[in-house]
Amino acid sequence: MNEQELRATVIATLKTIAPEVEEEDLRGDKPLRNQVDLDSMDWLNFLIGLHEQLKVDIPEADYAKLVTLGDVLAYLQAKIESS
Amino acid sequence: MIEFKLPSLGADMDQGTLLEWKVSPGDTVRKGQVVAIVDTSKAAVDVEIWIDGVVRELRVHPGETVPVGAVLATLDGIGEAPSAPEPPARPAAALPAAKDAVAAHRISPAARKHAEERGVDIDRIAGSGPDGGVTVEDVEHAAKAASAAPAAITKAAGPRRPVTPAARKRARELNVDIETVAASGPGGAVLLEDVERAAAPAAPAKDRQTEMRRAIAAAMSRSKREIPHYYLSEVVPMQRALDWLAAANSGRPVTGRLLIAVLQLKAVALALKKFPEMNGFFRDNAFQPAAAVHLGVAISLRQGGLIAPALHDVGKKSPEQLMRELTDLVRRARAGSLRSSEMSDPTLTVTNLGEQGVKAVYGVIYPPQVALVGFGRIVEQPWAENGTLSVMPAVTASLAADHRVSDGHRGALFLAELRELLQQPENL
Repeated sequence: MNEQELRATVIATLKTIAPEVEEEDLRGDKPLRNQVDLDSMDWLNFLIGLHEQLKVDIPEADYAKLVTLGDVLAYLQAKIESS
Repeated sequence: MIEFKLPSLGADMDQGTLLEWKVSPGDTVRKGQVVAIVDTSKAAVDVEIWIDGVVRELRVHPGETVPVGAVLATLDGIGEAPSAPEPPARPAAALPAAKDAVAAHRISPAARKHAEERGVDIDRIAGSGPDGGVTVEDVEHAAKAASAAPAAITKAAGPRRPVTPAARKRARELNVDIETVAASGPGGAVLLEDVERAAAPAAPAKDRQTEMRRAIAAAMSRSKREIPHYYLSEVVPMQRALDWLAAANSGRPVTGRLLIAVLQLKAVALALKKFPEMNGFFRDNAFQPAAAVHLGVAISLRQGGLIAPALHDVGKKSPEQLMRELTDLVRRARAGSLRSSEMSDPTLTVTNLGEQGVKAVYGVIYPPQVALVGFGRIVEQPWAENGTLSVMPAVTASLAADHRVSDGHRGALFLAELRELLQQPENL
C-alpha cells in the first residue's frame, strides 16, 4: 500500500465516524482531535476501523504517539512495513 | 382486551408519528418485541410491546401523528377469547390541529385516515361511538355498503378535473392516482407540481434540528421551573482507575478495550444502591424510587442536540458487558435507532463533558428524574496527602439533585461513596 492509498483509507475511516470531515480542511501537522470533534468512543471506533481495514493492531500504550494526522500515517506505514 | 397506547418516550415528547407497523392483526407478540417504529422529535424509535398477546386491530396507520396515550393497537391476552364482540371504539383524542377540521361531528384520526384510504366521504357517515363519534368500524360498514351501491356514498365521480399533460405523464411515472391529487391550478386544474407533492413521501420530521431544539427547550425549561436543584462537586483521584484500565487494556485487541467512562458508570450505579433517593422519578407530587438502576447516558449527536438513552441494570453488569452495550447504544443513538425502553427508562442521567475539555459540568436534571451526575475531564493536578505533595490525575464529579427529594448532606455522602468506589476499580 503506497502513501496515497494509506491516506485515502485513513480519511475514509475517519469519515465513517465523522461524516462532516472535509479532507482539504485537515492539517496534517495539527492535533487531529482538535480539528475533528472526536470523543474517546469516536477515537476508539476510529482505531477499530483502522484495525479492520489495515489488519494492524494499535496498542493503547501507543495512543500518545498518535496526535496529528501525520503521526497516524507515519505510525501505520511503519506498522504495515514491519508486518 | 388490551389497549397498546403510545408510550411517553421522554419528558420532552407529547406526540409521535407512526412510521411503520412491524406486526399484523393475528400475530402473536412477546413482551419486549418491537412492534412499531414511531418518530419523535429526537429519533425514530423502535417501540416495544409491554405484554404478551395476539394483535387484534391496528388503530393507527403509518403517517398518522397521535398524542402520547393514544391507543395504537388492541391485543388479546394469551388465552383470551379473540372473538369477543368489540365495543365501539372510543375516538382517539384528536390533536389540536385536527380538532379544527372536526366541526360537525367527532371523527377519530384513525377513522379519517381509514375513510381516505377506502375512498369514503366521512362527513356522510353516522357515528356509533360516544357523542356520535365516527369510528373505524363505522367507516368499514360504510365502505362495504358503498361497494354494494357504488354511487351512494363513495366520492361522486363528478365532472372530470382538468389535468395538464405533464401532470398526467408524471402521475403515471410516479404511480400516483391522478383523481386523488389535490389541485392548485386555475379552475381546479391538476398541475405537475401537485402530482409531485402528492408523490413525495410524508416527511415525519421535516426539520429534525428545530424539533429537537424545541424538545430540549421544553424539557429543560420544565426542569428549571419545577425542580429546585442543588449542586455539589467532589474531586476524585483517578490514578488507581487509570492504572487498572491500562493493565486491563494492555492485553486486549483494540476491539475489546474498555473506556474509563464504563468504570464511572458502574461506580455511579453501585453508589446509587446506598442512595435510593437519587434514583427514580418525581411524579404526582411524590418521589417514586426505582428498584433497578438504568443510567441515562448523555450522547451528543454530530448534527447537534443530544439524547440520553438508558443502559439497563448497570450495577449488575461487568465492565466488559457494559462496554459492549455502551458502544452499541452510542452507535444506535447516532444512527437514530433506539428502543422505546431505552428512551423512557433512565432512572438517573450521567453526562460526561470531559471529552470536550471542561473540568466540571453542572447538569440540568432530566424530569421526571431527580438527579444527574456529571464528570469533567481527567487532569493532572497537585495533590496533597499525608503531608506530601504529588501530582495526581483526577476528575471533578458533580451532582445536581432535586431538593424536594434529597438534601445536600445525603448528596455529599453520595459523592463520597462514588469517590471511594472509583478507588477500588477491581471491584467494579
